[in-house]
Amino acid sequence: MAEYAHPEVLVSTDWVSQHAGDANVRVVEVDVNTGSYEEGHVPGAVGWSWDSQLCETVRRDIVPKEQFEELMSSSGIGNDTTVVLYGDNNNWFAAWAFWQMKIHGHADVRLMNGGRAKWLAEGREVSVERPSPGRIDYVADDPDESIRSFLPDVMDAVNAEAVELVDVRSPGEFSGEILSPAGLPETCQRGGHIPGASNIPWGKACADDGTFKSAGELGKLYHDAGITGQKPVIAYCRIGERSSHSWFVLKYLVGLDNVTNYDGSWTEWGNLVGAPVERGA
Amino acid sequence: MKAEHYAVREFELSGWPVRITSYRIGETWYAKADNVSPGANIAKAKATSLEDATDQVVEKASARLAATRRIPLAD
Repeated sequence: MAEYAHPEVLVSTDWVSQHAGDANVRVVEVDVNTGSYEEGHVPGAVGWSWDSQLCETVRRDIVPKEQFEELMSSSGIGNDTTVVLYGDNNNWFAAWAFWQMKIHGHADVRLMNGGRAKWLAEGREVSVERPSPGRIDYVADDPDESIRSFLPDVMDAVNAEAVELVDVRSPGEFSGEILSPAGLPETCQRGGHIPGASNIPWGKACADDGTFKSAGELGKLYHDAGITGQKPVIAYCRIGERSSHSWFVLKYLVGLDNVTNYDGSWTEWGNLVGAPVERGA
Repeated sequence: MKAEHYAVREFELSGWPVRITSYRIGETWYAKADNVSPGANIAKAKATSLEDATDQVVEKASARLAATRRIPLAD
């Protein structure tokens, strides 16, 4: 069986149960539902809020370097710490945190395969205690934006037909039938997708238990949809979190070299005056 | 402490397929409703019984799903 391109970025729930208390390991829960951590979490895990700690809270942007350094320090994370991220919704925002940690240069960050759901479903121990890790000095690198795409990058690449675009939203959002995931507030003026994009919903990368599908299955999934890595690959969704999950899969599990996450995503593109939009499947 | 009675069920609410996950931690039952696709969380509830938690989350999710507009693709 084919191996993931970078298997070192994944750990199992078994691994976490054995190593969560190791001195050089810090487990972090990052959820869509920021209240889930309070219900009970992996013992010793700290909790991060994606909507206040993993973003710039005034202008729209990812967490700035100084704020990131403070988050790491206060979470007891040093530059050499092995950080294991997990969360709900098959690690949506855990992947969002992973992507930002790579932008800020953290060397050893991993995802717990299967996320919070697998941990709970397996009946593993949970705790409601918030740990109080001692502060550790943390110095982030200057941001590595090579794994991030901005609007002008995407616009230029689309115009030049020099990109493989992966829209990881649901088929209804991709077609323009709905403007956000059903049941969630609409956050754009127009529905549809960026011209030329392939619709490969993020969830297709996951098995029923929330773990990632095998390397062979993932390779076939993207290859059959025309995502080969012959051109730079850009993943996008609505606000950039689902696409960070697919970015993780494409870069670390499938092993494509040039993959970026367009975190402006449809909330940016679908609100632009004059941006080209395709509708339909 | 562990999550007990962890269960995932699928429903159709307001015309949308929904996955409801429920479990008990300690004395509290939790229920969460997610879209089957894309898996976004729509509603959550907690109560002292599974039935109450499920009823609450179904009610919340149904209301939110009913407000979702479907835009005809043929202009």
